[in-house]
Amino acid sequence: MADLTTDFLGIKSPNPFWLASAPPTDKEYNVRRAFEAGWGGVVWKTLGSEGPPIVNVNGPRYGVVHGADRRVLGLNNIELITDRDLFQNLDEIKRVKADYPDRAIIVSLMVPCEEEAWKAILPLVEDTGADGIELNFGCPHGMAERGMGSAVGQVPEYIEMVTRWCKQYYSKPVIVKLTPNITDIRQPAAAAKRGGADAVSLINTINSIISVDLDQMSPVPTIGGKGSHGGYCGPAVKPIAMNMVAEIARSPETAGLPISGIGGITTWRDCAEYIALGCGNVQVCTAAMTYGFKVVEEMISGLSQWMDEKGHTSIQDFMGSAIPNIVDWQHLDLNYIAKASINQDDCISCGRCYAACEDTSHQAIAMSPDRKFSVIDEECVACNLCVEVCPVENCITMVELEPGTVDARTGKVVVNDYANWTTHPNNPSATAAE
Amino acid sequence: MNSQFTPGVAPERLSPEDLSKNFGDLHAPLTPHEAAVAADRCYFCHDAPCITACPTDIDIPLFIRQISTGTPQAAAKTIFDQNILGGMCARVCPTEDLCEQACVRELAEGKPVEIGRLQRFATDGLMENDSHPYDRATPTGKTVAVVGAGPAGLSCAHRLAMLGHDVTIYDARAKAGGLNEYGIAAYKSTDDFAAREVAWLTSIGGITIEVGKAVGDNLSIDTIASDFDAVFFGVGLGGVNALGIAGDDTDGVSDAVSFIEDLRQTTDLTALPVGRNVVVIGGGMTAVDAAVQSKLLGAEQVTIAYRRGREAMSASRFEQDLAASFGVKLMFNVKPNAIHGNGAAAEIELEYTKLSDTKLVGTGETFRIPADQVFRAIGQTLTMDGGLKLEGGKIAVDDAGRTSRAGIWAGGDCATGGDDLTVTAVAEGRDAAMNINATLAGDA
Repeated sequence: MADLTTDFLGIKSPNPFWLASAPPTDKEYNVRRAFEAGWGGVVWKTLGSEGPPIVNVNGPRYGVVHGADRRVLGLNNIELITDRDLFQNLDEIKRVKADYPDRAIIVSLMVPCEEEAWKAILPLVEDTGADGIELNFGCPHGMAERGMGSAVGQVPEYIEMVTRWCKQYYSKPVIVKLTPNITDIRQPAAAAKRGGADAVSLINTINSIISVDLDQMSPVPTIGGKGSHGGYCGPAVKPIAMNMVAEIARSPETAGLPISGIGGITTWRDCAEYIALGCGNVQVCTAAMTYGFKVVEEMISGLSQWMDEKGHTSIQDFMGSAIPNIVDWQHLDLNYIAKASINQDDCISCGRCYAACEDTSHQAIAMSPDRKFSVIDEECVACNLCVEVCPVENCITMVELEPGTVDARTGKVVVNDYANWTTHPNNPSATAAE
Repeated sequence: MNSQFTPGVAPERLSPEDLSKNFGDLHAPLTPHEAAVAADRCYFCHDAPCITACPTDIDIPLFIRQISTGTPQAAAKTIFDQNILGGMCARVCPTEDLCEQACVRELAEGKPVEIGRLQRFATDGLMENDSHPYDRATPTGKTVAVVGAGPAGLSCAHRLAMLGHDVTIYDARAKAGGLNEYGIAAYKSTDDFAAREVAWLTSIGGITIEVGKAVGDNLSIDTIASDFDAVFFGVGLGGVNALGIAGDDTDGVSDAVSFIEDLRQTTDLTALPVGRNVVVIGGGMTAVDAAVQSKLLGAEQVTIAYRRGREAMSASRFEQDLAASFGVKLMFNVKPNAIHGNGAAAEIELEYTKLSDTKLVGTGETFRIPADQVFRAIGQTLTMDGGLKLEGGKIAVDDAGRTSRAGIWAGGDCATGGDDLTVTAVAEGRDAAMNINATLAGDA
């Protein structure tokens, strides 16, 4: 069986599944339950400076975008960092780490952008025996209004500065957690690297209004008739997060910087995808908040089975394997031709492919009076919409046209030569072939 | 009190509590949560097969989407736009043969979207509001007589009233509703639903119902044809085919429809007698309804004897399985030869059948089973043709419901075209109303 042991920045954990800094990791009770359930590590919910703890709202703090059957697709929250006393948290961290030496415990931190504030808290964290720290430069609500969280993460200079302080006053690995509420994720990642960060983790939550209460005319969650934007996470944000991970992984300036992947990881497959994009491990929150800690069992068994099937003996075997295949659009092969193909045995005749193609795409699907649906090769541009709207997985597939065959749409013979936009005759900027 | 084992035909075989339980809703209505889950399964198919399969062409994907988006009242309106008796149809439609059979998820998983129950969820919700969702058009000054207050007549009357015509419905019975009131198993229409539906439907206004008026008795076709601008016939099939065998008139032998009618109209189920050993002859929904209800009343042994094979039975497989689940025995390829008994039925003699070429014949092998009560359910016949042209024993109509006589339309079981189903009758009544309207306006 595949070895899921992960070594991230020298921090060992029995599997790559960590719980992200969030409500599930707010206190000893939860974290002990998480470790008993099998989680490889936790990032303890963000600690703030010594003094009176922050307060949370006393009304609802979550809102959700549901899919069919009320599946949680996206989760929005307006909760702040821990609202428990700093020293209680530190004591608990120390106790749990002592009892679970094989699990990773990272402490998430958010204190004001002042050297003294960091200098004060870092030795306290060092003393817990935790394996590292994660700098919360991502929280987009509440704390950002006070000049912390994403307010820091949106200014690369601050990231670099604070990271440098942390490396100066703390001996163990420093992970910088990035906010996605920014135009170009490579900038804060590069800043973290310049500041000496051992790794970045991403994404934190995305600014969001999850819904509007049409009776109260207020954003949800509604507190006394008012709402505030929150931070969005869950399966819906995974594509956004993965793109940002990939941007960092393939940018020359940040390539090779260790990444802890966060954003909508719900199954083993999500984890494998993040690792293929270069992540050394992953952090999970919404899946645990939806299904409880037990969900990690499926993640472990699924990843293990897939790795066995693929012959991977460790996470390193496939870490970053997809990075070389992420290219700019202009480098996609314009001579690659495919056509949709509908498996009539699997087709249930719902006609969704037809409606989608006929109304919104290329009118490339024919419908017979007895509800047989077939692809019109003369029109099909292989856009994949039919594949994705079909309720039956793999009923419609994209079939590559072999070189030498004729594309019925263009009448041209499919050639085996790679050719992209940079040299295409329609491109005014194309460099003429020598 | 009697028991299941009391010989002969006897009342009070079960306690009032058991009877009340037995005759409760066959399927409990969906709760809002159940409806949400069920609605989420709809794929919103293009040109959906379920719509095609519905005789009234209800836009099923649309109404289900309206349920799933939290607007069940709009869903009900979508249903009623096509089928004003959508509430009853949600209860009695053989959905397993219609929309749900056509559902792509039946093909995909063998588990269709629960269209019938979702329809009931939507329609019940709107009807419980005690409001009527339609307004009448400007009065046309035209009058239409509808003969028969069953599904076809009610559907026709509502549509005509909505279009601004004044409608008078005549019905031979004491109550309006037709088979909805008298002919459908009690557990499919609980809490006096048929009567409530008539009241709700007629609350649009412009509809007068006169009960106790039978054609040929105290109602003359020629009179109403001259008194009204148009006439719609939806008189159903009033006659029951006889078995034509020895003992057919023995005590204990009766029509299944009469039994069902007694059951629907009684206020005290304990007073209703039922045999210890009941045999129902026939293979349709009426046979199943009579058999199941006999069992629910406390009969010990109930057998449906059908002369052909299972596949030829007009009751759906769902109905057959439902009967079997209540302990009804289904016998195929047997025909009755005689009913024996000294004064009252005691045994029925059955003979196995086979197909000889295309003709069904007895094999000569006979047997007897106990039968204190025998129900005839081998089809119903037209008893009132009003001098109209017939075709295959029914009033001949064209696609628009026009009969051989100008100014007279017909639909439902009494007329040609379509299966003898509530939903088909509703469609025919509605479509005839549209053609009557066009004709009265001089457009047809």
